[in-house]
Amino acid sequence: MIQTKHQLCGLGLALGLGVAAAGLPQAAFAQATMAWEPKKPVQFVVMAGKGGGADKAVRFMQSIIAKNKLAPVPFTPINKPGGSGAEALVYLKGKKGDPHTIMFTLNSFYTTPLRQPALGVNIEDFTPIARMAEDTFCLWVNSDRKDINNVDDFVKAAKAKGNGWIMAGTGKASEDNLLTDFLNSAYGLKMKYVPYKGGGKVAKELAGNNADSTVNNPSEQLGFYEAGKTKPLACFTPERIDLFKDAPTFKELGKDFVYFMQRTVVGAPGMSKDAEAYYQGLFQKVFDSTEWQGYMKKKALQGKALSGDALMTYWKKERAVHKQMLMKMGAIKG
Amino acid sequence: MGEILTLLWGGFLIAFEPLNLMLIIFGCTVGLFIGAMPGLGSVNGVAILLPLTFLVPPTGAIIFLAALYYGAMYGGAISSIMLGIPGASTAVATTFDGRPLAKLGMADKALTAAAVASFVGGTISVVLFTFFAPPLANVALRFGAPEEFALMLLAFATFVGLGGDDIAKTIFSIAIGLVLSAVGLDIISGEPRLVFGDIPGFMRGINFLVLAIGIYGIGEMLWTVEENHKAGGKSMMSEAVVTVERTLNNLKELLGTWKTMLMGSFLGYFVGILPAAGATPGSLMSYGIAKQISRDPDKFGKGAVEGVVAPEAANNAASTGSMLPMLTLGIPGSPTTAILLGGMVIWGLEPGPLLFTQNADFVWGLIASLYAANLFAVIINVAFIPVFIWVLKMPFTLLAPIIFLLCLIGGYAPTQSLHDVWLMILFGVVGYFLRKLDYPLAPAVLAIVLGPLAEPALRQSLLISNGSFEIFFTRVYSAPIMIAALILLALPLLKPLMGHLRRKKSKA
Amino acid sequence: MRKAELAMAVVMGIFSLYLMWKSAELPIGWIQGEGPGGGAWPFWLAAIMLISCITIIIKWVRRTSPLSRSDEIYMDRGTMVAVGLVAGSLIVTVALFYVIGVYGALPLFLIFYVRYLGRHTWPVTAAMATIAPVATFFFFDIALKITLPKGLPIVEETIFYPLYKMFL
Repeated sequence: MIQTKHQLCGLGLALGLGVAAAGLPQAAFAQATMAWEPKKPVQFVVMAGKGGGADKAVRFMQSIIAKNKLAPVPFTPINKPGGSGAEALVYLKGKKGDPHTIMFTLNSFYTTPLRQPALGVNIEDFTPIARMAEDTFCLWVNSDRKDINNVDDFVKAAKAKGNGWIMAGTGKASEDNLLTDFLNSAYGLKMKYVPYKGGGKVAKELAGNNADSTVNNPSEQLGFYEAGKTKPLACFTPERIDLFKDAPTFKELGKDFVYFMQRTVVGAPGMSKDAEAYYQGLFQKVFDSTEWQGYMKKKALQGKALSGDALMTYWKKERAVHKQMLMKMGAIKG
Repeated sequence: MGEILTLLWGGFLIAFEPLNLMLIIFGCTVGLFIGAMPGLGSVNGVAILLPLTFLVPPTGAIIFLAALYYGAMYGGAISSIMLGIPGASTAVATTFDGRPLAKLGMADKALTAAAVASFVGGTISVVLFTFFAPPLANVALRFGAPEEFALMLLAFATFVGLGGDDIAKTIFSIAIGLVLSAVGLDIISGEPRLVFGDIPGFMRGINFLVLAIGIYGIGEMLWTVEENHKAGGKSMMSEAVVTVERTLNNLKELLGTWKTMLMGSFLGYFVGILPAAGATPGSLMSYGIAKQISRDPDKFGKGAVEGVVAPEAANNAASTGSMLPMLTLGIPGSPTTAILLGGMVIWGLEPGPLLFTQNADFVWGLIASLYAANLFAVIINVAFIPVFIWVLKMPFTLLAPIIFLLCLIGGYAPTQSLHDVWLMILFGVVGYFLRKLDYPLAPAVLAIVLGPLAEPALRQSLLISNGSFEIFFTRVYSAPIMIAALILLALPLLKPLMGHLRRKKSKA
Repeated sequence: MRKAELAMAVVMGIFSLYLMWKSAELPIGWIQGEGPGGGAWPFWLAAIMLISCITIIIKWVRRTSPLSRSDEIYMDRGTMVAVGLVAGSLIVTVALFYVIGVYGALPLFLIFYVRYLGRHTWPVTAAMATIAPVATFFFFDIALKITLPKGLPIVEETIFYPLYKMFL
């Protein structure tokens, strides 16, 4: 609907009264207002490698689009995992004005340009298409640790081991690293952060007792959790997650800290308004599809769909938050 | 045991439903061609065809993709043998002896050996998979960074002596491969490194395929252009012919390699199970060990059938093995299974320890279809051998441009970036010049595969242990692997020393 | 061969030095309690490359390696032309990808190779130059949905948009 309205306005301005005066039949008018549609396969850039969480989500959206015939052309995922998303960001920036390139992003969308100002990437240039979900985080330990059943036990055990306590995560200055730093400073711990490649690997390190704790997304630990190999102690969400009713939020425990990871579709900078409106409409349909809703529920994803100016405002707010966190961590200077 | 057989029988009933059977045959055939295309390989094949699978029920979908995976593993050997270009990292070791055999006019022998070895490796591993899945999953789970590093060191160690006669040049080749493997991002510190000229294409690192297609594709072809020029335009890729008699003889000769096949199958399966290792280290180690235990190790690299059999048995066995951590732990044992995992999400299945009980139909249908996929893949593969041989007999000046075309597109397809195509041409030209000066290049290609697995594992281990190397020797699984690796590494140094001592003794 | 052996060792030695310098952007030493720094792996391996090159040069000076004694010509004129033409045509082809796209450049490459290097007849050349790109298009662009470079936007818009519409 959005695009039709927009098209009507544009046409009104462009053709003015001339068209109406010429008395063109209604049919021709409808023909001319047909909304913008992609004319060649759309490149769907993934900021991570094949087989990771973001990659899976993109391939899932690709299949929703194809299955429900939501678009006249195929969407083809392209992985650009280089430099914590730097490669993908630079690539998208270079596609200025291209209506056939979109990207799926995470929180490295904020942190990477902050940490590498030399890239010259300003996220405000990108076209805000749709936030598809917000992924959540919980603190996990192995179920073999019968002595750890809540955050207090965890703090006691981690304190006892000092910097011998291994926290596995997905990369330096990543979401996991920020959360580890938060826990260290909030509870006076000295946990050692060890970066691994990808959340699935991190989850496995915990289940195999090669790490003492992790701050995985629920989707990454779900398999092990259901098999009774790992357990969540508390979550970084505003309210308890339905899947883990017994795990409190950190807010309940008196640490007012909530953290999400965005799962958002962005477009190349300078995309035409028509194309922007097209993708916003398309991804709203994907968001509303029963498949996506089922996926969100199963993976404990949260968040409403967000697009356009609202999404841009959200980005600016989140970027400011991340800047604060990175500065505190010492990863960037003022 | 009886229970497993009942479940397996149920699986066969599923696999032989008409739709599923068609999917197996279709998947094997498509896989064969995708695998034979330099640059595509099973990873890209599975990724590309994943969206097609929503048309069929989940069991049919995984059966199709598993058949495709298998077909691609068979197909990978084809371009390794015919063109000397490994279609995927899993097929690198197959080029070492497959290509020399083809050059000697025995491409048919090499192709038959690859097909049969793949079949044996695949079948043995599926049997192992059927009966010993859950206990092995627990071993895989215990495998952490120290064990991974020990395993990589072992893979390197089995390769000592692979290089040429000049030790300095061999070491150079290994080192340059390892340095190039470090390009991109240092995951431990999160900092970019070796991003030459700040070109964004280097941020993702240097893909193994770019180096392999560059050296084995472009470089090798330039070399052949030179040979062809010197031979007055008469040379052919291979002069093999296919007759029933030759094929029977080939098969008879293969019977003699049963030990190598068994070794490759078991080794490949167990290495394949280990998370993140996958089929590549498995096939390399299998080749290395086959050479070490061979009665005639000097024949390796010059056209030994065992040199084709060992890696091919291992890489197919490993591709089955790598499904084990995928199904039971929800973690990928190889890049291809990482994408299959994504597929399971699309189909609404939750991989993990409970999959075997909650979705028994799916699991056993898949296992049964692996038996069937093996059988069909070997039949289809053998049936196509005469076609491949016919292609090789085309005049060089017609075949060469097609191979160059495949290289250019194969270099582009995985990342869809022209940066990689330029890099590939650069590696090809430099590789050609280096090769003319007897620099062995296979070690560089191996190093770029193993480097990105070895370095993070080493540094993660040291982070965990606070910088102490003891960690490698105090853990149950890493200690024996590490010791084996160190002994293998020391052997080439000890051999001359021992010989020296013996001579001294006999003199005395 | 003798000259080439030395030249290559020197060039590769310089390249190793460059790699060492570039690796040193990150810490190359041992970090207490953490292990080697981010630049250590490539730095020390590049150092091994350098040592290998120096060994090759020493062997060359002392004439102990076979190539340092070889009087064979590294590349005769004919080889240089044959290999140079092929390598050059590949470079031109990839450069043309940016302008006329894969499907403009590949036929040109095939015509050049088959007709001028291979000296095949025109019918053979024409068959190759049509069949190979068409097969590539259907295999990659249509069946596998890997979009190969189409060159300047105008080429894609005029030629390929209708094709996408027909086959995708």
